[in-house]
Amino acid sequence: MPDEIEIRLLLDAIYLRYHYDFRSYSPASIKRRLNAAKLQLGAETLSALQERVLREPHVFTQLLQYLTVGVSDMFRDPSFFRALRERVVPELRTYPSIRIWIAGCSTGEELYSFAILLREEGLLDRTTLYATDINPEALRKAEQGLYAIERVPAFTENHRLSGSKCSLSEYYTAAYGSAAFDRSLRKSVVFSDHSLATDSVFAEVQLVSCRNVLIYFDRALQDRALGLMKDSLCRRGFLGLGSKESLMFSTHAAAFRDFEASERWYQRC
Amino acid sequence: MLSLETQEHLRSCEALVIGASAGAVDALSQLLPVVPRASRIPVVVVVHLPANRPSLLPDLFAPRCAAHVREPGDKQPVSAGTIWFAPSNYHLLLERERTFSLSIEPPVNFSRPSIDVLFESAADAFGSKLCALVLTGSNDDGARGALGIRRQGGLVAVQDPRHAEAREMPQAAIIAADPQVIATLPELAQLISQVTRAAS
Repeated sequence: MPDEIEIRLLLDAIYLRYHYDFRSYSPASIKRRLNAAKLQLGAETLSALQERVLREPHVFTQLLQYLTVGVSDMFRDPSFFRALRERVVPELRTYPSIRIWIAGCSTGEELYSFAILLREEGLLDRTTLYATDINPEALRKAEQGLYAIERVPAFTENHRLSGSKCSLSEYYTAAYGSAAFDRSLRKSVVFSDHSLATDSVFAEVQLVSCRNVLIYFDRALQDRALGLMKDSLCRRGFLGLGSKESLMFSTHAAAFRDFEASERWYQRC
Repeated sequence: MLSLETQEHLRSCEALVIGASAGAVDALSQLLPVVPRASRIPVVVVVHLPANRPSLLPDLFAPRCAAHVREPGDKQPVSAGTIWFAPSNYHLLLERERTFSLSIEPPVNFSRPSIDVLFESAADAFGSKLCALVLTGSNDDGARGALGIRRQGGLVAVQDPRHAEAREMPQAAIIAADPQVIATLPELAQLISQVTRAAS
């Protein structure tokens, strides 16, 4: 299969040249995204794309946008945030200062959802949020906090379903087709480049949220990533995953107990 | 009536993938109950769904079907004897190692889950040993994927647009993929019965 060989060689080349490791990503999705990039970047084949990526760093920057292309909504899966609000927040309140890691924050939708919810619960002022991603461009967007106004009605509905008593409109101003989220929401956010595939633990936290990131990893890389989360969490700290992700098959499963398993909230033993 | 060649092809298939949109529930109600409890192969279904609301399809179809009806979790094996429904707000992909992958890549053809995404990954994973069905729907999702399956030597069957509740989707698949079979729902039920028949 020439395609598969080309993909493997390209991912090796990216790792050797730029130290970004996509070699343990789920193959079907990586293939889709590489093919999309190939078309958009005007390369005949993946081998041709590889040559350009190796020699032209800006082509790699462009390719990275295709390789890390998740699109999430604010308060995606409102019931997850409802469980956060009703079950996890009361436990977080017991800490004088709170540290939270949003792992794989992409363009920030999840981050702002957490910040808004914590403000509503009166906890944001004593919380530090670490928002990490491998894509500097996505981090830059997360830091800007600007979202297309067309997306806001879905965000608003999700926010309401998450059990909020306020309107989402209290947290943004609309201008020029965008909703600009209140900069005070990111006052205590540390944005940082961090890879679940190649970097190590950087802080002790009471909560990790890593939703719809592990789905792109094979089992071995999932285990590496979950290991980092396990080692970052204090005892009785919380882990939130995506609605189709679970700890069931992980070697780290025994380090956690179900907290609100139907909403994918786990607690470190 | 299915040609001998088609019947031969059906016997070699190792998975059945189905895509449907507008009118899906009625059409699937005539097809999925045919799948036997000990279905020889997995059946994987993408129906366009509203985002950010859990899919009601597994609960709707489980009582009507002999086979297990489930939503796959990430990296779960694509096992036989089961009808798998794509969850809402995710793309569903099949891996070569015969596991499911999920993705929140942007919608394709305004849809997440998208039929094209399932079909294209299934074509890679199963090659010629794949049967795909395109049913009623009012956009052209599935057409590209059906072509991909044809290129890998798989079998594509499309609901006859004249009998479909919404004709655009089957029509687009016919134009794009030149399917081996164009048939009414009762005929497609026969095809499903043959391809999923429990091993004797």
